[in-house]
Amino acid sequence: MSFFTYLLMGFLIVCAVSVSFSKNLLNSILIYMSFSLVMSVIWAILESPDLAITEAAVGAGITSVLFFVTLKKIHAIDSRAEKKEEENEQKKNE
Amino acid sequence: MSRRKTNKEYEHTFAFRFFRWLNGEKDPYLNEVEMKPQHYEGPSDETKAEWEREHKEMLERVYDTEHNALLKFSRIAYRVAAVLFCIMLVAVLLITVSYLPPVGNPNNPADNVVAERYIEKGLKETGAVNIVSGMILTYRAFDTFGETNVLFIATTCVMVLLMLDDAILKRQEVKNDRRFEPKNDAILQVIAMILCPIIFIFGIYVILNGHLGPGGGFSGGAIMGAGLILYVSAFGFKSTQRFFNEEVYKVAKITALCMYGLIGSYFYFTGGNGIENHIPLGIPGHILSSGIILPINICVGLEVACTMYAFYALFRRGGL
Repeated sequence: MSFFTYLLMGFLIVCAVSVSFSKNLLNSILIYMSFSLVMSVIWAILESPDLAITEAAVGAGITSVLFFVTLKKIHAIDSRAEKKEEENEQKKNE
Repeated sequence: MSRRKTNKEYEHTFAFRFFRWLNGEKDPYLNEVEMKPQHYEGPSDETKAEWEREHKEMLERVYDTEHNALLKFSRIAYRVAAVLFCIMLVAVLLITVSYLPPVGNPNNPADNVVAERYIEKGLKETGAVNIVSGMILTYRAFDTFGETNVLFIATTCVMVLLMLDDAILKRQEVKNDRRFEPKNDAILQVIAMILCPIIFIFGIYVILNGHLGPGGGFSGGAIMGAGLILYVSAFGFKSTQRFFNEEVYKVAKITALCMYGLIGSYFYFTGGNGIENHIPLGIPGHILSSGIILPINICVGLEVACTMYAFYALFRRGGL
């Protein structure tokens, strides 16, 4: 194992710890995304390109997108402008 | 001064009183209506204290284990049962572990002939250069069929939970037509216009080359699903529905699953009964080779791409 692999492994551990300690849900999803990306690089180093492709597509891509959509659905990442818009619409409806 | 009324007459009119009240010169209620400070009507502090005392007394009487024998028994019984349950669980797990083969034994299942046969005869028997693909789609095609079914059932459950009626969807769209559409982000649209074709072609390449190189149905399908999601988030559901609507989704998904089932069952039947199947293996390394792996890869890829896109669309909008 080269120095590069050790570096990536250390990054994985830092990511895994900081996901659980981050208070912002959006931040933890982004960290999880980077975890998956580094994991796919490690799979490629370990000579399993099948897993690397799957990890990059599913772990870093689709799972995070689904998490984002879920956060959007529970109104956890509404931006201020959107909140204002919604409030204005509610007022109009009233 | 062009007044019609004299000052004295004007003082009796409603307008005079109204403007006097409006300017705050005189409060009409002051010295006219009897006013008292209001009292808070509700339970007094004494009754509240009494309620609290009664509550405490009741709790004490209920949890009085010296007189309440049933409670005393059930408390002890619960604790004993919890401890017993934990001990039994630990025992079951330990006994299961003790039945596992010892580490380093040459007769372990991990070192038996199966893996050797996969590596040595895999190329000859399946015709796939990629051993992993050849293994999971021929020797273990039945497992992969189960996984594909799991994907199908997962999307069905998400549809049952999150799918909205067409009427509700239309009403929402009329009410706020930009709710699920993007805000026409120019950067996102240009990037998507460049990236989407590349992503789709890469996904198709990964699916079709599953038996020659790394990849296969699942990875390729996931890449194509990601491309669809990018397209939707850039251009909106209306432009996606021109080529991928609910009808296309249903047809693609069910056809893929049924095709896999048909090809797979032919393969299992002939293999299980020792009959020679008539699927040509071809020359290893060519694109049209390795028997059932290529069509099954296409089926799995379609299924996975549909699943990923359906998850996104159902979460985001409640319909495809």
